Amino acid sequence: MESKPRFLSILDLVSLTLLLVASGLVFFYAPMEAVMGQVQRVFYFHVAAGWVGMLGFLVAAVAGIFYLRTNDHKWDVVGLSSVEIGMVFAFINIVTGSIWARPIWNTWWTWDPRLTTATVMELIYAAYLMLRSGIEDPDRRARFGAVYAILGFVSVPMTFFSARLFRTIHPVVIGTGDPSAQGTFNMTPKMLQTFLFGLLTFSFIYADLLWHRVRLGKLNDKIEQKKLEAIS
Amino acid sequence: MKNPAVIEVHKLSKRFGLRTVLRALDFRVDSGEFVALLGPNGAGKTTFLRILASLSRPTLGQVRISGYYLPAQAAAVRCRLGVVSHLPLLYGDLTAEENLRFYGKLYGVLNIDRRSIEVLDLVGLSPRRRDLVRTFSRGMQQRLAIGRAIFHNPDVILFDEPHTGLDQDACVMLDSVLKEVASLGHTIVMTSHDLARAADLASRFDVLSRGTITASVHRSEIDPDNLLAFYRNAISQA
Amino acid sequence: MNSDAQLVTSDAHQTASDSPLRSFLRATAAIIWKDLSAELRSRELLSAMLVFALLVILIFNFALDLDVEARNSVTAGVLWVTFSFAGTLGLNRSMAVEKDRGCLDGLLLAPVDRSAIYFGKAIGNLIFMLLIEIIVLPVYSALYNINLFIPGLLAVTVLGSIGYVAVGTLLATMAVQTRTRDILLPILLFPVVLPVLLGAVKGSTFFLEGREMSDIWPWINLLITFDVIFTAIAFMVFDYIVEE
Repeated sequence: MESKPRFLSILDLVSLTLLLVASGLVFFYAPMEAVMGQVQRVFYFHVAAGWVGMLGFLVAAVAGIFYLRTNDHKWDVVGLSSVEIGMVFAFINIVTGSIWARPIWNTWWTWDPRLTTATVMELIYAAYLMLRSGIEDPDRRARFGAVYAILGFVSVPMTFFSARLFRTIHPVVIGTGDPSAQGTFNMTPKMLQTFLFGLLTFSFIYADLLWHRVRLGKLNDKIEQKKLEAIS
Repeated sequence: MKNPAVIEVHKLSKRFGLRTVLRALDFRVDSGEFVALLGPNGAGKTTFLRILASLSRPTLGQVRISGYYLPAQAAAVRCRLGVVSHLPLLYGDLTAEENLRFYGKLYGVLNIDRRSIEVLDLVGLSPRRRDLVRTFSRGMQQRLAIGRAIFHNPDVILFDEPHTGLDQDACVMLDSVLKEVASLGHTIVMTSHDLARAADLASRFDVLSRGTITASVHRSEIDPDNLLAFYRNAISQA
Repeated sequence: MNSDAQLVTSDAHQTASDSPLRSFLRATAAIIWKDLSAELRSRELLSAMLVFALLVILIFNFALDLDVEARNSVTAGVLWVTFSFAGTLGLNRSMAVEKDRGCLDGLLLAPVDRSAIYFGKAIGNLIFMLLIEIIVLPVYSALYNINLFIPGLLAVTVLGSIGYVAVGTLLATMAVQTRTRDILLPILLFPVVLPVLLGAVKGSTFFLEGREMSDIWPWINLLITFDVIFTAIAFMVFDYIVEE
């Protein structure tokens, strides 16, 4: 059995440090927003989590393509790991969004496009896992997973763009948008820095978790192999 | 001179995930032979047949049928291959004739009408040709399945335990069709649990045990009464 | 061994040596023909889909209790929920037929391009779905006194059905090979096919309301984009989900 690679331990440390620093920035460095107050600070984690949710999706789809082309099992492990992690972060995105929404929009939830897309993405993640759990043969499981990850990844942006044709009450912080959307605010430089740092932090955390999860998958495979050898 | 070997398998291995089902399997069948492939459940007979049928890919090793490699030249192999499994592979809501015509179109057979008549005659189902397949007994469905398999006159026909689920009379009828098909010169590989039936039909007996061929003997070299002993001996070898 | 020992009673067995395109088209046509013939005889699939669709509309009638005003804005949604659910019935059944009697193997054994199988099944599924829609639309029209026979609305319905079936056939082929089969298909299908539902519902509603074409075009473009992209993807990946 290999021991934990040194680089991974370093990554653990880096991720943890970044998270602490980012939290510090969010609570102490970034100014308080004029209209919404303290609750706006959720925004930094909310968007970062959403970003990781989408990143997970992207990685899963790419891993899927590589698996179909190379038939190398390790791509399947990467894809599955990415989906699991992405699913968790997408959930964090939805929950933090709710926390933010309640005081601002006076409701926990609304069926506006961006939230709808976030939900859809989460459901596709769940469907992916359900698909895999219904298949015995590991090769078929990997192939089907890869195909579905690709399909899901292509369809989510379409859901999002089609939703953009609607009017939205979701704050549009980046890019052009309807100024009547409630909760919109302009970012001061300090906010921007905090925001970007948050994105960076969560990206590192994602990579760290992914690596751990992939290792776990490989160790699991080794155990299965040993079991089979023991029986025969 | 044409190569007499119709099926050539060299060091074939098949893995499902981490589980190895076939290991370094060698197998060769000459034109016109009727090989009975015997073996216990789980030995890998169906997996092996599926690979020969081009439905499954080898993990390692080489498979050649009528000179074409699998999986690279699968399309060429499929033209020359017919398969009868224990599932009928027939559409219940179509008539016997319509089933044959459908497969005929898939295989690009010319003169489908004439060929349908021929084949239905051969398997003894001419009087029922306009009846829906879901009204057929299992024995009749198996015979029609054979008709489907030989429709495009393949070099090789693979049978996966064709007697499964048939009563005595149906078995007897099936065997007469099998013998007829063999006499037409097709090369046949048949997996079976039924030693007596295999002894009656085949020209060669191979045993597949624990993922590899452990024994092979020609009909001329063995007394049919000794077949059971031969089989038992072969499967006890790891 | 004499290699000429392959006696045949005639030469009727000979096969055509076609261009790949012709054999592709021949196989696709054969599969469509087979599905239509079988269905024409048993009519199980169509009657099930139809009864189901009408029941769904009935349920909506009581569940939503719409006044005339509200009906116009909700009609497209009700119709597409109906089509989606009836559609999954059709998709499931269509692939289950192949799986249960091993017929999928029968198709795979033939020297045909795998995408011909996809194409043939997809077109067959599309025809069934359109047949249901042709019946449901007039019924709904009559029941709720709304004219649904606007060319734009019909076009949008067709485009939406194409997208639905393109993805649905692919996913049904996967779902039918798993343990959880029937329940799995809607779970896999609905999240992915949402852009189609969005486009079809919005497009239909706009046509019903008589909006400007400039408002409607984005939705039609969305539908066409979805149809093209997903049909292309399906073609590319279908091999991987039927081969072993």
